[in-house]
Amino acid sequence: MTAWHQKTAHEIRDAVAKREVSATEITRSYLERIETVDDKVQAYTQVWRSEALAQAEAVDRKAASGQALGPLAGVPVSLKELLCTREGETTCASKILKGFKSPYDAHVVQNLKAADAVLLGKVNMDEFAMGSSTENSSIQRTCNPWNLNCVPGGSSGGSAASVASDCAALSLGSDTGGSIRQPAALCGCVGLKPTYGRVSRFGLVAFASSLDQIGPFSKDVRDAALALNVISGRDPLDATSANLPVPDYTAALTGDMKGLTVGMPIEYFTEDLNAEMRGLIQNAVEVMKAQGAKVVDISLPHSKYSVAVYYIIATAEASANLARFDGVRYGFRHPGAQTLQEMYHLTKTEGFGTEVKRRIMLGTYVLSSGYYDAYYLKAQKVRTLIKQDFDRAFEQCDVIITPTSPTAAFEFGAKTTNPLEMYLSDVYTISTNLAAIPGISVPCGLTAAGLPAGLQILGRVFEEAAILRAAHAYEQHHGLAMGKPALA
Amino acid sequence: MSTISKKDVDYVAGLAQLHLSDAETNRLVEEMGTILEYIEQLNELDTSGVEPMMHALEVTNIFREDEVTPSLDRDAALAVAPLHDGEYYLVPKILDNGDGGSA
Repeated sequence: MTAWHQKTAHEIRDAVAKREVSATEITRSYLERIETVDDKVQAYTQVWRSEALAQAEAVDRKAASGQALGPLAGVPVSLKELLCTREGETTCASKILKGFKSPYDAHVVQNLKAADAVLLGKVNMDEFAMGSSTENSSIQRTCNPWNLNCVPGGSSGGSAASVASDCAALSLGSDTGGSIRQPAALCGCVGLKPTYGRVSRFGLVAFASSLDQIGPFSKDVRDAALALNVISGRDPLDATSANLPVPDYTAALTGDMKGLTVGMPIEYFTEDLNAEMRGLIQNAVEVMKAQGAKVVDISLPHSKYSVAVYYIIATAEASANLARFDGVRYGFRHPGAQTLQEMYHLTKTEGFGTEVKRRIMLGTYVLSSGYYDAYYLKAQKVRTLIKQDFDRAFEQCDVIITPTSPTAAFEFGAKTTNPLEMYLSDVYTISTNLAAIPGISVPCGLTAAGLPAGLQILGRVFEEAAILRAAHAYEQHHGLAMGKPALA
Repeated sequence: MSTISKKDVDYVAGLAQLHLSDAETNRLVEEMGTILEYIEQLNELDTSGVEPMMHALEVTNIFREDEVTPSLDRDAALAVAPLHDGEYYLVPKILDNGDGGSA
């Protein structure tokens, strides 16, 4: 029999609901798995053993008394270090928040608890979600479960690695320019970035407020839909959360793509894309055609400007958001400061890591007097052009497919000396956040080196149902034997 | 415009409230220069007449009833502060009283 830690969230939920297994047994299976493999992968920064078992026992008591169980009953979940939780610490993998214990739960954490999920602990990330390899964590180095010499992607590298190594059934991460989809692709799991506003950001420590969105990592597409059902919806504490009904996203999973038109951006399928990745995407296109999809070429003429626009807007917003870490209300305060100004300077200088400082500097520069129009305003105008590209493309197609990442996982240190090269890891994912649209990455095979590749599927705003349907149909019929990483 | 000087980096570090070592400053001159040069490609585009995208999605004012609702408990908020007196956050002194700035 397949071990519980290898099963999907919906299999676990169904088994717990039918009382074929207790939530406690499931939780023990996952905790054991973490003990066995996580010293190699290092996804977890905190494991909440006793709290998780207590939550599982509460679910079991609920089941025993005949009460209705939540939609994630007994499902073990890991959480990115930037989601506020009353349990444990919320550090954003930064020295400046080391030891910070949030007095409240993020909206999505409240929803998970109400859905009877079991929270296993927190997982690693790039400091303040700034990075594409999780190498910018101040806590530890997380490895790719498929090859321990490679990065898991980032910034939600711990979320992806925990799911890919069967150390969590689901994980929640955040995506500002690809931070869910890129690590999902590099670790061979499913990662969904919902439409901006679909999920409340209350209790998500902010990086770039007009781009940030919380979303799930999962072992299959059905689980992503299930998790989205739980975390979506209006929250009075996040004024940007959309006041729209939340459909049952699992109802969209028809298993076929009849009547769906799939667009392929001509700008992405050029000589610049390596042949192996192009071959894997081409295979996916054939599967989609066989499932009834119509495939058309589309154009996103401004896509080449996405990374430039992103590194103005995201750093500008980050420089404003991170100003709050001043040593007054929470987190680290430098003990040596004699005056208020000195306290600000010493606290930030000591508390922030290299990449975070680099982005604060860039963001401060592009917003500084004399440069605002040339950089920030210009970027906002080009952001409009990028969004209009998508509006026009979606008149011709229902979903758009691209590679998630230009390459599979790379080795540690391969891109750390060149920030711009690291930024270009997100070349296919960034425009999604700029246009506020939803996107999902679904595994589409292994490279010759045995590393997973991801197919990205994008949709119109608030049409998560369409991308989930396409991703699910592809997953059901792709015929790939992905297997599992060869961890002990 | 793509080049950024050591003086610019020092000025921006002051705005960002960061102390940079000489080595860090020199590295940032180079790295920010490279990134800004990459960003320059936006100038190829004529954006006159294009509205800036100020919000991710269309926004409308959101009103609610003016009712008192529970907010974070003061003790819970103060408990996570580096220094407090039970009522207020404590910080090093802000105003210079003429003794050279030491508290």
